[in-house]
Amino acid sequence: MSDSALASPTPAASSGAAPTPGAEIPPAPKSNQVLRDIMGGSVVISILAVLLALVVGGILIALTDENVQAASGYFFSRPGDTINAIWVSVSGAYGALFQGAIYNFGGNTFVKQIKPITDTLTFATPLIVAGLGVGLAFRAGMFNIGGQGQMLIAAACSGWVAYSFPLPYGIHLIVAVLAGVVGGAVWGGIVGVLKARTGAHEVIVTIMLNYIAVYLISYLLRTPGALQAPGSSNPKTPADLPTAVYPDLLGGDFNLHAGLLVSIAATVFVWWLLTRSSLGFKFRAVGVNPNAARVAGINVKRSYIYVMLLSGGLVGLAGVAQVLGTVTSGFSSGIDAGIGFDAITVALLGRSKPWGIFVAGILFGAFKAGGFAMQAGQGIPVDIVLVVQSLIVLFIAAPPLVRAVFRLPTPGVAKKPKPPKASTSSPVAASTGEAVVAK
Amino acid sequence: MKLELRGITKRFGSLVANDHIDLVVKPGEIHALLGENGAGKSTLMNVLYGLYQADEGEILLDDEVQHFAGPGDAMNSGIGMVHQHFMLIPVFTVAENVMLGHEQTKGLGRLDLAAARAKVREIGSQFGFDVDPDALVEDLPVGVQQRVEIIKALSRNAKVLVFDEPTAVLTPQETDELMVIMGQLRDAGTSIVFITHKLREVREIADRITIIRLGKVVGEAEPTATNAELASLMVGRSVELTVHKEHANPGEAALVVKNLSVVDAVGQLVVNSVSFEVHRGEILAIAGVQGNGQTELSEAIIGLQERVLGSITLDGQSLVGLSVQKVLDAGVGFVPEDRNVDGLVGEFTIAENLMLDRSSNAPFVKRGSLQLSYLSTFATEKSKEFDVRSQGIQTPVGKLSGGNQQKVVLARELSRELRLFLAAQPTRGIDVGSIEFVHKRIVETRDAGVPVIVVSTELDEVTALADRIAVMYRGSIVGIVPGNTSRDVLGLMMTGEVPHVITTTDDSEGVLL
Repeated sequence: MSDSALASPTPAASSGAAPTPGAEIPPAPKSNQVLRDIMGGSVVISILAVLLALVVGGILIALTDENVQAASGYFFSRPGDTINAIWVSVSGAYGALFQGAIYNFGGNTFVKQIKPITDTLTFATPLIVAGLGVGLAFRAGMFNIGGQGQMLIAAACSGWVAYSFPLPYGIHLIVAVLAGVVGGAVWGGIVGVLKARTGAHEVIVTIMLNYIAVYLISYLLRTPGALQAPGSSNPKTPADLPTAVYPDLLGGDFNLHAGLLVSIAATVFVWWLLTRSSLGFKFRAVGVNPNAARVAGINVKRSYIYVMLLSGGLVGLAGVAQVLGTVTSGFSSGIDAGIGFDAITVALLGRSKPWGIFVAGILFGAFKAGGFAMQAGQGIPVDIVLVVQSLIVLFIAAPPLVRAVFRLPTPGVAKKPKPPKASTSSPVAASTGEAVVAK
Repeated sequence: MKLELRGITKRFGSLVANDHIDLVVKPGEIHALLGENGAGKSTLMNVLYGLYQADEGEILLDDEVQHFAGPGDAMNSGIGMVHQHFMLIPVFTVAENVMLGHEQTKGLGRLDLAAARAKVREIGSQFGFDVDPDALVEDLPVGVQQRVEIIKALSRNAKVLVFDEPTAVLTPQETDELMVIMGQLRDAGTSIVFITHKLREVREIADRITIIRLGKVVGEAEPTATNAELASLMVGRSVELTVHKEHANPGEAALVVKNLSVVDAVGQLVVNSVSFEVHRGEILAIAGVQGNGQTELSEAIIGLQERVLGSITLDGQSLVGLSVQKVLDAGVGFVPEDRNVDGLVGEFTIAENLMLDRSSNAPFVKRGSLQLSYLSTFATEKSKEFDVRSQGIQTPVGKLSGGNQQKVVLARELSRELRLFLAAQPTRGIDVGSIEFVHKRIVETRDAGVPVIVVSTELDEVTALADRIAVMYRGSIVGIVPGNTSRDVLGLMMTGEVPHVITTTDDSEGVLL
């Protein structure tokens, strides 16, 4: 209930309204509650959200299919035709999605048959690391919307090292990767510093830094002597030197590159960080209750800086994967490919848990790989995949909606001895508990 | 109007918050509903007010069954509620607040403020309140704000008034005035339900007392019952309301605070040149009504306030300007007044909360990684020592009761080597059994030779624990008096007056500042 509505107007209002330098930490914003609600959803909710999104996507596919439209014209004389057309259309679309993303039954060689799953993993590689970066920031209570900018800066740093410094095999790759990580970390760290020093809200700062990065990179790509390939008039860099490229994992027939191993290692690292390390403990404490963290002597502002450095660095790895793995022949300003934003979805779907993000990243990789196959094979616009992805976010952001659709019990009402509080705080507590059980 | 609740049952999942509760409140009667926090009083009243629907049972007004779909229905039927946390809009005037929700309008939807003003004056004069209808609510003292709430309820012709813990925020004097008002309302024929857990007030004003424990009515009592009888009904066993403690053997001064002032974020002087000392092996209680600078004073000691003037020294080491971490490292244990906001991370497990303020170094962290096995041994041990009742150390503290949560905070703070223990509102919102435990541990800490500061707004707690009492009013310390000072004197001091009896107390510690 509105217990605290009037109870303490001054401290909350004053510190919230004017985050002056040196003033106390802004109080846990409402957005933290939103984050917690979203992350508090159980695995079940995530899975149901995906299913529900696919169902709605199927309806859209059917509605936009010409055969279905034609058959529905005489629905009352021969309803079977319409139903059949719907089945053909939807099953065809999702069949193509599956064949494009997992296993191609029609392939005449083994390589062709399993290529889709490797494509999925290739697409998943940057999504996983970027998702980890965004998710880690979520856990410390920060919305990192700046994945695009961090990726671009990282890609530029990494690509610059990759094409301009001839270094020995191995060392070159490591230096190029590190350059990208540092670039992303700096671009993310700026956000953390601004938030800690001035109280500037990270959402606004990250979005603005995205613009700065986009135009900065575009400018550098058009400027001879900067990132632009010598002798070219296109806004594009030179190709990477072969010593800096992520090696192929399964040989030249597949696109899959060693970036995947980096993503797996990053997942393990973030898992260790969050569950086993002192720093991660502080991040989590700051994320759910910055007040208690501060009273317990944890330096909340420093945590914001550290987590944004790490978050930016991880997102930077996505930029590195793009430059050193996916597009090695020189990149342009579209190198981020929207991954910085997809990462937010991936982090949400994975409930900001490292392995959840890993799985969510692979799922989104599959959507990307399958979406193209669907368009090529069935003529269904690739946008339908975007719609499905968006629907997933929508359903995850609205757990009560999913619960209502599937008639799941509302968590939290049951076990709280103080009912008035139950309405505000317990869904979180109870559903995180539920998540533990579900895990 | 006669109010009757018959067999009200309200369940939240498997938890039965109200179990077949029967209650009859006759017109012109003050009926006290006494129970611990979490006993189900508020749930019952929320059912009555239409905020919850009862699973079983019925509500009768003058023997007619009522069906309330929401507070609007309840209000229309003549039920008014004075909430613990006032439901007033601070930037509105008294008249605007009173009319809020049933605004009278003139043509074209213009508000008829004149009518609202007249209503406020009318009700005010009827009961002898003096409330200016055009005053902004935020400018009014808490006691007057409460009267606005009462006027608001009465302006809707409430025949049954529910007071939900009305004295929690009042000074003793304001409490006395409220008692007078409640008496007048009763004499005017209003039925009053008075929810509280304070025994003294119940015995003072109530005509009948119903005691609720764990969602059930466990007994009725007359106002003549003794405190001990009422308390044992409330908690189901005999409890000690007074703390057994030996006479203090204070050592030398450990914490010395001199001319300490604190300026808050909006530039107001919230602590005004406060000086005091705390000796080893004594408990200094800081009494006062909520919001007179106690919070800021304790935050200044722990390093949470930014703008602090004056000096704070602990065993010769200055604490002013140190980070919270450094202050904690200097050996200060701190129980914050709002454990849910400042003391615990609700989503974290008991074990994680136990290491919250030692998340950087040994023993819980080595080379940057958590020592999970040590933590789990530690947490199991401390849970047992501090009697934290849970399903295990992996239970999120948000799922524990208030008393068990507070034990987690205590376990954390008292398991370090302490040179000062500062407990703010250590027993707020916890059950009597836990209060007893917390008090016992505080006294034990004192007896171990640690200087202890207890900040409390509960006079019972202050008088039970303190060896010396500092009373704060508007940011200043009104006086420091011995622990056995009478409630009347303390009550006066809490309103800023300095009764001259202080100077006549035999103990030489009755220092006036």
